[in-house]
Amino acid sequence: MATHQFPALRRLIQEVGPVDQVGIDERVAKYGTRSIKKNAKVFGLKLATTMVDLTTLEGKDTPGKVASLCQKALHPHDDPAIPPTAAVCVYPAMVRHAAKWVKGTSVKIASVATAFPSGQAPLKTRLAEVRAAVADGADEIDMVINRGAFLAGEINLVQDEISAVLEACGECTLKVILETSELETYDNIRAASFLAMRVLRPGDFIKTSTGKTNLNATLGNNQVMLEAIRDFYFETGIEIAMKPAGGIRTAKQALHFLVAVKETLGDAWLSNSRYRFGASALLNDLVRQLVKEKTGVYQAPYTFSESSSAY
Amino acid sequence: MPAKKINPARELLFGNLWEYDPAPESAPAFIDNRYGLFINGKFVAPKTKKYFDSISPRNEEKLSEIALAGAADVDAAYQAAATAFKPWSKLPGIERAKYLFRIARLLQDRAREFAVAETLDGGKPIKESRDFDVPMAAAHFFYHAGWADKLDHVTPGRTLVPLGVIGQVIPWNFPLLMLAWKIAPALATGNTVVLKPAETTSITALKFASILQDAGLPPGVVNFVTGAGETGSAVVNHPLAAKIAFTGSTAVGKAIQRALAGTGKRLTLELGGKAANIVFDDAPLDQAVEGIINGIFFNQGHVCCAGSRLLVQESIAETILSKLKIRLKTLRTGDPLDKNTDIGAINSKAQLTRIQDLVAAGISEGAEIYQPACTLPKNGFYFPPTLFSNVSQSHRIAREEIFGPVLSILTFRTPEEAVEKANNTHYGLSAGVWTDKGSRILKMSTELKAGVVWANTFNKFDPTSPFGGYKESGFGREGGKQGLLDYATLH
Repeated sequence: MATHQFPALRRLIQEVGPVDQVGIDERVAKYGTRSIKKNAKVFGLKLATTMVDLTTLEGKDTPGKVASLCQKALHPHDDPAIPPTAAVCVYPAMVRHAAKWVKGTSVKIASVATAFPSGQAPLKTRLAEVRAAVADGADEIDMVINRGAFLAGEINLVQDEISAVLEACGECTLKVILETSELETYDNIRAASFLAMRVLRPGDFIKTSTGKTNLNATLGNNQVMLEAIRDFYFETGIEIAMKPAGGIRTAKQALHFLVAVKETLGDAWLSNSRYRFGASALLNDLVRQLVKEKTGVYQAPYTFSESSSAY
Repeated sequence: MPAKKINPARELLFGNLWEYDPAPESAPAFIDNRYGLFINGKFVAPKTKKYFDSISPRNEEKLSEIALAGAADVDAAYQAAATAFKPWSKLPGIERAKYLFRIARLLQDRAREFAVAETLDGGKPIKESRDFDVPMAAAHFFYHAGWADKLDHVTPGRTLVPLGVIGQVIPWNFPLLMLAWKIAPALATGNTVVLKPAETTSITALKFASILQDAGLPPGVVNFVTGAGETGSAVVNHPLAAKIAFTGSTAVGKAIQRALAGTGKRLTLELGGKAANIVFDDAPLDQAVEGIINGIFFNQGHVCCAGSRLLVQESIAETILSKLKIRLKTLRTGDPLDKNTDIGAINSKAQLTRIQDLVAAGISEGAEIYQPACTLPKNGFYFPPTLFSNVSQSHRIAREEIFGPVLSILTFRTPEEAVEKANNTHYGLSAGVWTDKGSRILKMSTELKAGVVWANTFNKFDPTSPFGGYKESGFGREGGKQGLLDYATLH
């Protein structure tokens, strides 16, 4: 009988090293105790605003909804000191509608593709979707990995599919969604991060989640992925970007995520070419806090819409 | 597709792109200009008529004047405690529990004030006094409030009988928490107390006296005498003491043990340490690094169980060292009152000098030093976080307790060598093991001669968990059921 060999996923985890869940959760709890005041707060809020991928991913999305989303991304508030967001993020069918509003501006068009959010479609279909989004004018593609294959241990298949999508992307930036809540363990999240990074180009992203499951971006999975990016950077010199998505609704949460970036990857990642927030409601809270910092008072609740569908 | 530029430098920049603004804790500490001695439920002037200054190590400014207790004052405290012992020990446990519970609640009510006072007086970062010292002190009173009426169940079929008046001498590293560790079990078991805080950190004990008054604790049950070594010696040698409980240096502990020999007084000692923190090559490395940082830089390394000797498996020594260096760059050393400070002020000038001397010895003995670039405040006592690599067992920095933010890094090759090196010390207070392999944790924990062994974590405390040492780290346990037994005889 042949020598026993661990399955491929177990070997990958051994190769990239394990993660201790208690330790990670303890580490990220400390980010929440950082006190961000005055100028540091204003800087952080503005930085976070420039990092938002303002997102609408609903069955009821219409050209009209996408138009107002684009306006919001370009001008989050009357105050010109509040910068535009990094991008809008829409379904492939909405890319051409978004293009009418933001093409030629600083706001990029990101499109989810590859049978988002489940990814459960034939590869051919997924790649066709990516090509269609690119053809319609997308600047960035947010793909989902094949979690079924990952959990079944077919990690080479997962990686090959990422490579195929990358090729279909052409010049577009690629963001690889791991869907952390379905991978479940920090060990798996770290392994999947490496799996993706090893085929990505500098400046491509790894991304936590689709926003369509119960548990999306957390400081914990954000930290695991930031540390993976750091270790990969030291190993290869390749700078991979990061995008937590889903569940970041308040400005305070966003600042805690940025503290994690500052203290794990440093100043070079504090830019929207290296770090993004996939969010919708977050933008209004960022604007609310920025106006509060400027005027010293909170505005009436109806000044900013709480609902992300009411841009 | 154009090939994007690859950064060949592979360095992370922890600069000032997004600098945190100062975030000083602004709550008032309510520190009196002058404190008397707390004897028989009242603040009284010392018979010595002498006072000494208590300064803040964060800026060397005077905080208050503290009464210097002489032998006559200590005697008055013991007389008060002896008088209070009979009614207090006869009180039903459930009644004593009520006092302890009240004390815990009052401490929680005034948590912020106490945290600020602790930071001003001792120099520890406000985030530690706020999130660790004060809540943990309250937790000890809560926990022992629970035991006070259940003493018949500590050891089935037998009951705990209090000893009498307990003399207690505590150190300056966790002033309020050590007070709680000492007072709570003593009161729960029905003893009365004469306690001397350390001379550099008396303020929170004296503030705590007002909590005892507010809780309506009967006069004399707890008495505070303040002063330095001579006062401590009077406390230790007083004939009315049924037991001495001491936390502090091994040298003083040995002197106390000699003084008490043949007197029939009971003794518990919680002394120094030089803990080994052992990292195996299969450990979760980033979490191990975090644990190493927490193990040595918590409370500026003023921790008797600090993980001051890092033992790393040779194959990962380089990796761990480079990860530690990066992590050190984001540690913030400075004003302990700032909420973002990770490493605060060294407790006293004397301690700072001791740390500087030992670090100089480390350099002259050939160990390799690393300190991150950091700007320290002009006034006050500060020392940057420091790593020593290429350290061997014979170096002074590997043998002597530095009690500062200084880590000595040694390597090992096999588990047996790790155990051998870890146990090759006079001390035996704590140890840490980092590995992904559960069975190895269990094996190591039985072989390490240390009172506490942490696995994949470090510096974790809980009132339910007994704490104490092996060898020259002392004897007796504090916390848990075992801690109660050190304040009672079994009948």
